[in-house]
Amino acid sequence: MDLSTEYMGLKLKNPIVPSASPLSRGLDAIRKLEDAGAAAVVMYSLFEEQITLDSFYIAYYLTHGTESYAESLNYFPDVYSYDIGPDEYVNLIRRAKEAVDIPIIGSLNGVSAGGWTDYACLIEEAGADAIELNVYYIPTNPDMPSSEVEAMYIDTLRSIKRLVSIPIAMKLSPYFSSTSYIARRLAQAGASALVLFNRFYQPDLDLERLEVAPRLVLSESDELRLPLRWVAILYGRLPIDFAITSGVHTYQDALKAMMAGAKIAMMASELLKNGLGRIEEILAEMTRWMEEHEYDSVKQMIGSLSQKHVAEPAAFERANYMRTLGSYRTAV
Amino acid sequence: MPRCFENEEGVLSVSINENRQQVTIDANEAAAYVAHKTNEVAAIYPITPSSPMGELVDAWAVVGEQNIWGMAPIVREMQSEGGAAGAVHGTLQAGSLTTTFTASQGLLLMLPNLFKIAGELTSTVFHIAARTVATHALSIFGDHGDVMAARTTGWAMLFGNSVQEAMDFALIAQASTLRSRVPFLHIFDGFRTSHEVMKIEKLTQDDMRAMIDDELVRDHRRRALSPDHPVMRGTAQNPDVFFQSRERANSYYAQTPGIVQSEMEKFEALTGRRYRLFDYIGSPDAERVLVLMGSGCEAAEETVEYLVARGENVGLVKVRLFRPFSCEHLLAALPQAVKTIVALDRTKEPGSAGEPLYQDVVTAISESAMSGDSRFSNTPRVIGGRYGLASKEFTPAMVKALFDEAKKPVPRNHFCIGIVDDVTFTSIPYDPDFSTEPADQVRAVFWGLGADGTVSANKNSIKIIGEETPNYAQGYFVYDSKKAGAVTVSHLRFGPRPIHSTYLIQRASFVAVHQFNFLERYRVLDTAEEGATLLLNSPYAAEEVWDHLPASVQQEIISRRLKLYVIDAYAVAKSAQLGVRINTIMQTCFFALSGVLPHDEAIARIKDSIKKTYGKRGEPVIRQNYAAVDAALAHLQEVQIPAAVTSLFDLPETVPAEAPKFVRDVTAPLIAGRGDALPVSAFPVDGTYPLGTAQWEKRNIAKEVPVWETDLCIQCGKCVMVCPHSTIRAKVYDKPSLDGAPDSFKHMPAKWRELADQIYTIQVAVEDCTGCRLCVEVCPAKDKSHAARKAINMQDQLPIREQERKNWQFFLDLREGGSNLRFNTVKNVQLLQPLFEFSGACAGCGETPYIRLLTQLFGDHTIIANATGCSSIYGGNLPTTPYTVNRDGMGPAWSNSLFEDNAEFGLGMRMAVDQQAAYAKHLVSELTDLIGEALTISLLTVDQSTDEGIKIQRECVNALKARLGGAKSPKVRDLLSVCDSMVRKSVWIVGGDGWAYDIGYGGLDHVLASGQNVNILVLDTEVYSNTGGQASKATPLGAVAKFAAGGKTTGKKDLGISAIRYRDVYVAQVAMGADDAHTLKAFREAEAHTGPSLIIAYSHCIAHGIDMSLGMNQQKLAVESGYWPLYRYDPNLAVEGRNPFQLDSKAPTKLLKDYIYTEGRYRILQQSDPASARALLEQAQESVLDRWHQYTQLAALEPRPLAV
Repeated sequence: MDLSTEYMGLKLKNPIVPSASPLSRGLDAIRKLEDAGAAAVVMYSLFEEQITLDSFYIAYYLTHGTESYAESLNYFPDVYSYDIGPDEYVNLIRRAKEAVDIPIIGSLNGVSAGGWTDYACLIEEAGADAIELNVYYIPTNPDMPSSEVEAMYIDTLRSIKRLVSIPIAMKLSPYFSSTSYIARRLAQAGASALVLFNRFYQPDLDLERLEVAPRLVLSESDELRLPLRWVAILYGRLPIDFAITSGVHTYQDALKAMMAGAKIAMMASELLKNGLGRIEEILAEMTRWMEEHEYDSVKQMIGSLSQKHVAEPAAFERANYMRTLGSYRTAV
Repeated sequence: MPRCFENEEGVLSVSINENRQQVTIDANEAAAYVAHKTNEVAAIYPITPSSPMGELVDAWAVVGEQNIWGMAPIVREMQSEGGAAGAVHGTLQAGSLTTTFTASQGLLLMLPNLFKIAGELTSTVFHIAARTVATHALSIFGDHGDVMAARTTGWAMLFGNSVQEAMDFALIAQASTLRSRVPFLHIFDGFRTSHEVMKIEKLTQDDMRAMIDDELVRDHRRRALSPDHPVMRGTAQNPDVFFQSRERANSYYAQTPGIVQSEMEKFEALTGRRYRLFDYIGSPDAERVLVLMGSGCEAAEETVEYLVARGENVGLVKVRLFRPFSCEHLLAALPQAVKTIVALDRTKEPGSAGEPLYQDVVTAISESAMSGDSRFSNTPRVIGGRYGLASKEFTPAMVKALFDEAKKPVPRNHFCIGIVDDVTFTSIPYDPDFSTEPADQVRAVFWGLGADGTVSANKNSIKIIGEETPNYAQGYFVYDSKKAGAVTVSHLRFGPRPIHSTYLIQRASFVAVHQFNFLERYRVLDTAEEGATLLLNSPYAAEEVWDHLPASVQQEIISRRLKLYVIDAYAVAKSAQLGVRINTIMQTCFFALSGVLPHDEAIARIKDSIKKTYGKRGEPVIRQNYAAVDAALAHLQEVQIPAAVTSLFDLPETVPAEAPKFVRDVTAPLIAGRGDALPVSAFPVDGTYPLGTAQWEKRNIAKEVPVWETDLCIQCGKCVMVCPHSTIRAKVYDKPSLDGAPDSFKHMPAKWRELADQIYTIQVAVEDCTGCRLCVEVCPAKDKSHAARKAINMQDQLPIREQERKNWQFFLDLREGGSNLRFNTVKNVQLLQPLFEFSGACAGCGETPYIRLLTQLFGDHTIIANATGCSSIYGGNLPTTPYTVNRDGMGPAWSNSLFEDNAEFGLGMRMAVDQQAAYAKHLVSELTDLIGEALTISLLTVDQSTDEGIKIQRECVNALKARLGGAKSPKVRDLLSVCDSMVRKSVWIVGGDGWAYDIGYGGLDHVLASGQNVNILVLDTEVYSNTGGQASKATPLGAVAKFAAGGKTTGKKDLGISAIRYRDVYVAQVAMGADDAHTLKAFREAEAHTGPSLIIAYSHCIAHGIDMSLGMNQQKLAVESGYWPLYRYDPNLAVEGRNPFQLDSKAPTKLLKDYIYTEGRYRILQQSDPASARALLEQAQESVLDRWHQYTQLAALEPRPLAV
């Protein structure tokens, strides 16, 4: 069975790609992903805040309280150059490229077109095959119009596009007034792919301590349907590839992703929960289903159920909403 | 590359190397650089002001910097200077070139080995940043007390007077010691030279190779102890041979001066810098000549040149080689016409016929006269005196006064200069307005807030100016003795000619004040000369600032015709997200206003140095600082000075009028920076100081202070428990006491079952609070409608200062109730008066809450023996004393003896008190008839194991005193002099981990083994906090510290378990931030135990690289991760047949990394060497689990069944 696919010009042996997560922390981890059958790896994200924070943190603690009291003019030896942010990451990409054959995609996560975008160059220099840009901004300012928020995304993409020649994928959240519009603008600005959708880790409230507490919850298959819908709507209308992320847990999820129009289906939660063996399992199950249903290849099915190609395109739009509600009542 | 070759006579010919770098460094760095290059091993121990030398050598070794033989030296930190000297002796005996760095007490601890090393004719150089020896008080500052104590050891002593000489003499000493086999002390003045930043010429490795004869190094190796050619040393000798053997080395000493001289000549051929054993400066036929050594020579040289240029016949002999003292060379250096020699010593030797240099000069002159030597027209008279003790200023004005004194027919002898001695009248007066500061020099004084970056910016400026212009540059920095809200004063000089001014600037052309409120606290304009520029960091713009200046400041600006500029540096820093570090901003303004460099060039250089300094920290930090630089000048404004003073307010009094006399007369001038003017009579004869003076200094250093909300408070007392400075307190009192309370005074009904109808108040001393926030962080009460609001919240101090000042005074006067409570709960303890307040500790200090608690519980019957360290500095550094007394005038008696002897010091106190109590009891039994049966029985049998018992005994003793009243017999008088000892006294031995785990461990162990009733409190910050973060045996695996730059590779010593092995020692490991109730229990049990007690208290610290306001949370994490288990080992339980070991914290619920990576001391390694950090973390996590396992086993042990 021909499971191969092509994503941003990269030829992949199958459509399963681990998404940006702790799965790729370290050379051994990346090797394990290749051995487990992953077609490519998206590196864990390099966070803008982390780079900035790390830099400020070290600067702060090396200078805090210094040159004040004569017996202790400083508190730490100052002998090192500090591996601030990108150095370890970039070195890992370099070593990974030497160690594995599958494409390595670097991942940058930030909100501004500040200096951290220079790290895109470092990532390219280290040999990464592509970059995934995760730009998400939580607009808490009621005076900031959506157009300005969108402009941030476009500017960030543009500033990176100026710096590198490897393909850039944009990972988006679903919270746009017009997902179609932002998709088109990003395609225009040079994105080679869109990765739909980023999951926000929403903070929880601790009732006993009366505090806001971070809480990380892994995804479920249910969450697939949102990216599924949008990939299906956008497929074929823009000159870019799509990747679906969040909610891919089973072979059915992967098949649905292909049929909606995604070139790859990205997984993290499933692998974190149930192990890397799931990759081979899902590929095997996909193959079995495709054989049973007499498909020749993944390429054959991509976009087959997209809005362009289904019988009921309106199903993806408002009418679907009414029918869904209606179907629920009937179920009760 | 110099070409140098040596002929058969050993005469060196070289071509001078023109490729030497100009660098701006201090003497510590200069000496350490040469020491590092010319040694193979170094064994060190930190002590101010020499610590940076050891740290630098260690840092260079860590990055693999090589010596001139291509090896990175081995560097090891020892447990004390005694240990370092022993290790060095061993290294030398086994054939390596070795060095160490020390000062003061440290040098004293090395004395036994100094004698041995010299006795064995061993080549080595020790570098000494000469510092005062502790006598009536400790001083970290510079004088020759330490090296003079070493002058009988047989070591050579070579004095350098400046940073250049510190570098040069380090090499000359090394070359000389190899040739002479006499070991050398290479000496320069602590702080004045060790910490002075100067532009100098850096010697190259080739210079060092040219000076060091490798064949001599091989000879040194040949003399080593080695089984391949074994010898014995360190024999024991009898009266028949010791004397002769001692005299055997005479020729080596006789040759040493000549050897040093020839090495100096070699050095001159290499570098062009000329030194001789005694260097003469001045008029060739001078009649009055000064003789001295050390940095004072520089100021004296400047004065001599000034005076000679004005026709005076004076001169100066700089003593380079003090030991061996060559009378011949001294006499040759003196001008033949000399009539009066003034010998100056920077030390004091009470009871001697004269101080050391004076004695040697008198000897030289006398011997010359007695031998009929007709070198001098008439035998000159010699007068001698003392100057500059503990870095007291030594200025040209004083030098002039000495020359004037020398003119007198009968000049004063055995004088002192620089102070006013109105007791024994030894001081020589001088005219403070006499100045030799040259006109072609820029002199700038900067007043900064500690840690705001002022000093480092200034060090940077010196670098920029020194290295980028042909100017000479000098920087000297005066720091504060407080660790929070401290003031720093930077003295910078730049000029076209070499700078010899080894004294603080007296006339500045530029004064910068980086904290607006300094204008009210310090006389910042004292040094501003006529027409000088004044730069203020001001929250007020140019148009309004004038109205906010105190009247006397306005007056000085007008009368000195100063030019005034302002900038709101905090606003600029904030917008550049620099927080409170205003350094680059103010630095930019300095360059713009002083005109030392052309504007654009200055900006470019500042940015360059930002990149150099901060480059390693990452791009964002660099960009931030650039933005600040660019913004700075746009915000700088000139102020138009009105013609007259307009302000109606002026500088507040340093202390209020109602302060006690001593505080008004002595403490206040010290606080105001006018201590130098106090005469000798103002001071105690023996270093005894009164308690409770800190309360009179209202520092107002907190921008924000906690404000209490009565609607939320649950009166738990946790805020009071964690306060480092005793500035948040609680009282209960009866309702009538509220009469006359200020309107804003807060109160609520007290919530105690035992206290009916009482009122409760939490009051903050806003003028003393440091704004550390520990109380707010620990407060558990949250507003149900607004979770961010707690029962205490931080608010701006200034708007509420006045009202809270009144509230605080009212609060202090309230008669507290609650004495019927048992003080065994945190809630109840909050009501106890703290007898330790307002210390100079860092904001948020982790040690002081334990000390405060100690004084609340036992302060009125405790003597404290305090080791040197942070606790002796915030506990006893003048001007103010934070230990205080209660209403009855009782409180902790406190003393700091030394570092190494603290446990023994406390044990000694115990013995004294016990003996006095025994004597008193003995006298009581002898005087029963006079005292009465009933009272006698009470006195001898009251159970004082409880607070009530102590109270009863006090009453009995008072009754005794009343009864004995008028009686005059010797026994009665003796009994009256010791009867107070019958009231139980506790001895608390307090110190940090540097003392307890390292230098004081031998004594601590002996005290633990003694079975005596003493209590030991170890404030464990896991590092030498006071001297800047050197590793101790308490430093954990994987933590970064000095001398453990790559992360400590050995685990933390388990002090508690070692103590438990004695079986009669009460041991507790506590962490207030994790369990305050447990800490309280441990203190009470320790006090109650009649044997040795040891409390090891986790103390968070600024040296951990943490947000200090979260310090208590760090303590919690330490416990939750299992890193710091809480336990108590109570021998009294064993008596009852129970397991004495009680594990009081739960099994780890967090991973070690969840604790350690919240701290900079671990993060630094994680980010600089992640692989190493990971390996150490793994090891450390394993050992945490191992130890937890071990402790649970201990806690589960079944006690051996007792015999039936």
